[in-house]
Amino acid sequence: MRHTISVLVTNEFGVLSRISGLFSGRGFNIESLCVAETMDPKVSRMTIVSSGDNKIIEQITKQLNKLVSVIKVHDLTGEEYLKRELVLIKVHAAPDHRSEILNIVEIFRAQVVDVGANTYTIEITGDEEKILAITELLRPFGVKELVRTGRVAMARSIKRKENK
Amino acid sequence: MEKMNGAEILLESLLKEGVDTVFGYPGGAVLPIYDALYKHKLKHILVRHEQGGVHAADGYARATGKPGVSIVTSGPGATNTVTGIATAYMDSIPMVVFTGQVPTALIGNDAFQEADIVGITRPCTKHNYLVKDVKDLTRIIKEAFYIATTGRPGPVLVDLPKDVLTAEYEFSYPKKVDIPSYQPTYKGHKGQIKKAMDLIVKSKRPVIYAGGGAVLSNAAAELTKLARKLKIPVTNTLMGLGSFPGTDPLFMGMLGMHGTYTANMAIQSTDCLIAVGARFDDRVTGKIDEFAPHARIIHIDIDPTSISKNVTVDIPIVGDVKEVLKELHAAIPKGANFTKYISEMKNWDKQVEKWEKTHSLSVKQGKNERIKPQYVVERLYHLTKGDAIITTEVGQNQMWAAQFYKYDKPRTFLTSGGLGTMGYGFPAAIGAQVAFPNKTVIDIAGDGSIQMNIQELATAVECKLPVKVAILNNRFLGMVRQWQELFYDKRYSYTCLGKKPDFVKIAEAYGGVGLRAEKVADVDKIIKKALSINDRPVFMDFVVDPKEDVYPMVPAGQPLSKMLLV
Repeated sequence: MRHTISVLVTNEFGVLSRISGLFSGRGFNIESLCVAETMDPKVSRMTIVSSGDNKIIEQITKQLNKLVSVIKVHDLTGEEYLKRELVLIKVHAAPDHRSEILNIVEIFRAQVVDVGANTYTIEITGDEEKILAITELLRPFGVKELVRTGRVAMARSIKRKENK
Repeated sequence: MEKMNGAEILLESLLKEGVDTVFGYPGGAVLPIYDALYKHKLKHILVRHEQGGVHAADGYARATGKPGVSIVTSGPGATNTVTGIATAYMDSIPMVVFTGQVPTALIGNDAFQEADIVGITRPCTKHNYLVKDVKDLTRIIKEAFYIATTGRPGPVLVDLPKDVLTAEYEFSYPKKVDIPSYQPTYKGHKGQIKKAMDLIVKSKRPVIYAGGGAVLSNAAAELTKLARKLKIPVTNTLMGLGSFPGTDPLFMGMLGMHGTYTANMAIQSTDCLIAVGARFDDRVTGKIDEFAPHARIIHIDIDPTSISKNVTVDIPIVGDVKEVLKELHAAIPKGANFTKYISEMKNWDKQVEKWEKTHSLSVKQGKNERIKPQYVVERLYHLTKGDAIITTEVGQNQMWAAQFYKYDKPRTFLTSGGLGTMGYGFPAAIGAQVAFPNKTVIDIAGDGSIQMNIQELATAVECKLPVKVAILNNRFLGMVRQWQELFYDKRYSYTCLGKKPDFVKIAEAYGGVGLRAEKVADVDKIIKKALSINDRPVFMDFVVDPKEDVYPMVPAGQPLSKMLLV
């Protein structure tokens, strides 16, 4: 199963390599990884998407916790959380396709951020389903380049009460 | 405040940490440290290879419980420490290794004797540091010692660029560390302790399986007290030997691949397995699905990652072994429940005794036969009255040292259990001898392993260390040969080492003493002679029967019940 793990780490050189080394050294996989500073410049947040059975995920969170540079590990999976990704898509935009592409952009509440002679560059944020959907719709026009940030995630403030 | 350079700050900091001895080897990048060491009160042992230095620091740490310290230069000096560091990491040994580094301005330039040792050792240290500014030096040293010695101990490396060592700063050593991200758990969870004790007193066939954690947390007394009070038979892992008295009637010997029949049968029959500072290593469990099939498992460990890593446990208790064992002892119920439990133990004790009678470890040495390596270990045990620090190399020598010498006290059996490093035993013995100059320290070695750090003879001779090395010389890489015999159709591919070198001459060439035993009658003679020498190292070359194998043996991947006995 796929898990989204949010990790607070000290903002020092070498920390990223400690984390990625842990994953590679123990044969865990990383599907995506996002890192940036938090409000506190001494602390960074990493959002890691990984997959494996419960035993593997348990080891991943425990091993992360064991690193001296790791402050906090939070597996968001299994609770309510927001997940977002930002994607830039450069799509071939022949003159007779432009309005159709713009339509799609509008429906998905994306935006065109750069225009070339024969291309549109579209920026979109959302969860994976949304990104997958727009990519599939744009594919027939010819996607020239696609860049994804990987997932960032945050637990919801108010959690729905389950089974009550 | 007085200003000092980085090198002087380092040495002052070591004194503040209570360090009395460092094991090191000089070089270009650490010249400032060696200049500061000149006529300094800190004792420096000059090893002859950096790997030997780190193993010696490791041996010192295992024998004393204090962190071992090693200082080496940059580049090759640093890379030579890697095997030693990985050895300490696998066995959770507290150690701080200081490596020189090229000046900060040159880092990343492929400078002379530059190696990214922080990058190289990241996966085999508990933590490591590159000091970029002399202002951070004392804080980092304080943190390094704190991290190395607390929680699950381990090696920490501190990389010191040359310009940091020469830069001047005021010396003031911090009193406290502040690492919010590092907070080991020491006390066991009360509810879990209660649950564990409930399970124990309801069990009919409990077994304690104690590992290196029991030694590391200095919990031998607590372990012994608990086991005796509850009358639970105890088995040790290789790393745990000495944490429970080897001569106690409750002791079943080591378990696992070369464990005793009794210990392995007990594991396969127990209904309540109490794992104490052990990690269910594959050499212990054999086929994991069939390990302790009838048991509910209680697992005490300070490292949460060890729990439910290989074997799913029923009652995990995260905490320091010593603390948790004390808490468990306090939770033992009184009255009828306890009486009933103790009366159940009589049957269990009878069963354990029955296994003991069916098959126990023994040596049959005929007077005119070739010397058996097991016999040598047994004689070492008798002639030292069990009161020696034993180190081992890796392979058959290590297993026989574990099987035929009985360890009554912790920190008297030093061996590379996790990494299995050949060449560990001799320098580790040097480290232990430096810590305990008046104790008998013996490295039980093979003719293969001893050659992996044989250069340390020079260290022992120079420092007048009377380390004894018992070479079980079978002219083979014995353990690999044993596997070739059993599993590779006796195709002895590159495991025969031949009759060279002459270990007696090597010892003498370095200024030590060399003795040889070729007949059974010589064995006691040369051991006694060796034990009488107290001012230089001694090699005892026992020319043993090359056909001897280590038994019992559970072939890799088989359940513990499938023992080859012979």
